[in-house]
Amino acid sequence: MVKTKRQKVTDFLINNGVIIVMFILVSYTGITNDRFLTGNNFINILMNMSARLVIALGISGCVITGGCDLSAGRMIGLAACIAGTLLQKMDYSGKFFPNLEPLNIIIALLIVLAITGAFGSITGFAVAFLHIPPFIATLAMMEIVYGIALIYTGATPLGGYTEEYTSIATGKFLGISYLIWIAIIIAALVWFLFNMTRHGKYMYAIGGNPQAAEVAGVPVKRTMVLIYMIAAMMYGLAGFMLGAKAGGASVNLGLGYEMEAIAACTIGGVSVTGGRGKVSSAIIGVAVFELLKASLQYLGVDANAQYIFIGVVIFVAISLDIRKYVAKK
Amino acid sequence: MASEYKLELKGVSKSFPGIKALDNVQLAVRPGTVHALMGENGAGKSTLMKCLFGIYKMDEGEIYIDGEKTVISDPDEAMKKGIAMVHQELQPVLARSVAENMFLGRFPCHRIGPLKVIDHKKMYEETEKWLKEVNMDFDPKAQLGTLSIGQMQSVEIAKAVSHDAKVIIFDEPTSSLSESEAEALFKIMHTLKEKGVAMIYISHKMDEIKRIADDVTIMRDGTYIGTWAAKDLTIEDIITKMVGHELTDIYPPKDRTPGEVVLEVSGVSSIHEKSFRDVSFNLRKGEIIGFGGLVGAQRTELMEGLFGIRHLSSGEIKVHGKRVKIKSPRDAMNAGIGMITEDRRGTGIFGCLSIKDNVGVSVYNKFLKCGFVLDHKKINSVVEDSIDKLNIKTPSIREHIANLSGGNQQKVIVSRWLANDPDILIMDEPTRGVDVGAKHEIYEIMKDIANQGKAIIMISSEMAELLGMSDRIYVMCNGRIRGEITEESEMTQENVMRYATQF
Repeated sequence: MVKTKRQKVTDFLINNGVIIVMFILVSYTGITNDRFLTGNNFINILMNMSARLVIALGISGCVITGGCDLSAGRMIGLAACIAGTLLQKMDYSGKFFPNLEPLNIIIALLIVLAITGAFGSITGFAVAFLHIPPFIATLAMMEIVYGIALIYTGATPLGGYTEEYTSIATGKFLGISYLIWIAIIIAALVWFLFNMTRHGKYMYAIGGNPQAAEVAGVPVKRTMVLIYMIAAMMYGLAGFMLGAKAGGASVNLGLGYEMEAIAACTIGGVSVTGGRGKVSSAIIGVAVFELLKASLQYLGVDANAQYIFIGVVIFVAISLDIRKYVAKK
Repeated sequence: MASEYKLELKGVSKSFPGIKALDNVQLAVRPGTVHALMGENGAGKSTLMKCLFGIYKMDEGEIYIDGEKTVISDPDEAMKKGIAMVHQELQPVLARSVAENMFLGRFPCHRIGPLKVIDHKKMYEETEKWLKEVNMDFDPKAQLGTLSIGQMQSVEIAKAVSHDAKVIIFDEPTSSLSESEAEALFKIMHTLKEKGVAMIYISHKMDEIKRIADDVTIMRDGTYIGTWAAKDLTIEDIITKMVGHELTDIYPPKDRTPGEVVLEVSGVSSIHEKSFRDVSFNLRKGEIIGFGGLVGAQRTELMEGLFGIRHLSSGEIKVHGKRVKIKSPRDAMNAGIGMITEDRRGTGIFGCLSIKDNVGVSVYNKFLKCGFVLDHKKINSVVEDSIDKLNIKTPSIREHIANLSGGNQQKVIVSRWLANDPDILIMDEPTRGVDVGAKHEIYEIMKDIANQGKAIIMISSEMAELLGMSDRIYVMCNGRIRGEITEESEMTQENVMRYATQF
């Protein structure tokens, strides 16, 4: 079918609608506020994006298989708390384990990843082997993880981290924060996982047509468990990063982040019906979210009203995205 | 003007892209009779009924009810005009009660103030009344899912009667019924006959036709063959009229000499009682065997059982003389078995993925660098080769498979299995929904596969294909193998049909 110039323009506008709207909003904010389009602010936005991107990349695997993961936020909280208790200074008065020497941060990170990974594989097991719908299975895991975090910390906030730990957020390499480097490395690894390994291809196949995947000999169950396990480890990493950035943690850290991550994925083009989605989708989605938040803040929009804007953007973005596929038929 | 017929269809034609499904077909049903509509799979019986019921829009043709011309544009209108259908596959709401299913979409209501509230009492009473009407007596409050298929069918019939239906279509109603349930159905049909209801009865079971039908209309390849009084026809007559024509020669010559046995299946049964039972057969190297039978003969279920999609309760499978345990498609693939399923959309293609990913999905294990990194270069070249070899029409291997025609999609699935290189390939209706040109190409590919020393099991409901491609034919009916045809001279439609109707 040959398309007219006008159709091509409309197609372009629909296919890139969200990005165009973001571009306009950012330009407008930049023009009206000269502190917005500065290197500093840019770095700031990237810093905010880093942990969010790690979460979104983790959750995108679940969404691509037609699922979701509601436990992400609580896993982040648990991870931040565990990391916090293991990495407090000896001379901090409210130290959680008064006699524990602060661990090496790599070891602390591995402990966090092992714990969240274990919970993630339990979720995956429930989805793959017990056939519990992902929405319900991850909802259950969300409750369990929150309870564990509460019992573990006794609901007390943590602080007084070692410099080694907080330097993850403050330290720089080539002038760029470690947090941003971590996000870049994770994005590269996930790209590799999605595109260059069997696991990635199996994930897209399961998302596209689970019955056909089974018939084509795809190890559906094993792949599902892996997806939820890897996702949970990424939430663990994100919690670890957020703890370092905030210099403290409480069980409520990460509350609601799963919803924002799912929304970001879909805005970027990960299809909730499964089978579609790339690393770039998660990056775009997270960038849209963070730019939107920053722009609204600079434009002086009331913090409470910002929620309304975010909701409207989700509506608009998803309806545009759905149009792409409807138009294809 | 009064008419001898309750319902008449005249000059009905219907085309689908690429196929003329109905060509000037007629049907006339007298009140108070059972009119059997017969023909092979794909003869157009169901299409005709769907046109009558308003599910399909006919291209040409007229409908007369009581001699009066009428138009039916959707099922709702058909029901209002007194036509009801008891589907081949019932689609009730299993989780709700019998009464709710009966009155779905037309719940009796009464008013409480400004609110319209469902009158449950009336609904249950009415349901009971209509169930009695068809000699059925069970609790209207029972959850429909707890009933047997036969009982559910009675609910459907009661629903039809409650609509005051004057014409009821039965589309293979006994295909999933036990004998006693079928008996109960015939009793109901007898009652309906006395009430003057005209019934159209589609079935492959010859003995049933002889027993309950008054008239028989036979169709073949979408055309009308004729209408006879049932008592004037023998079963042999019916089969001959259904089969009729000569086969055209689009099949590659069978010049193979099969080698040693590669697959031996003995005494295999499904875990479901109504499915395949005690099936034994064998397959040789370089051989194409065909599985014939009517819809519902459980051929697909059997093959899915061998491929690990369904569970077996007993029996033994030997590949190359070695006993194998197959619990999943992956086990089957490890044993050297591949399967192209019947439902291409449901269990074949990944619509939102590219051609490359559709081919690659079951062979990624074979294309790895350093044990875990996909070798995209190699995969691309394999996929591109097979696109050339199988003449798949596509701009590139990155194209989404959903954008291809049915025939090309099927060839992509064939490429998937060629790349996987199994010794035994099961092909379930390999040319369903495929145009004639691609059909011929698929036959040539099948011949090549067999000539390479692989073996093929083909299920085909298309008689010409079954006879034209198979070196040997097994015919199934009711979950069992009823006959094996080994001699070329014995491979006739009559022979296949005879075995296929041995219920």
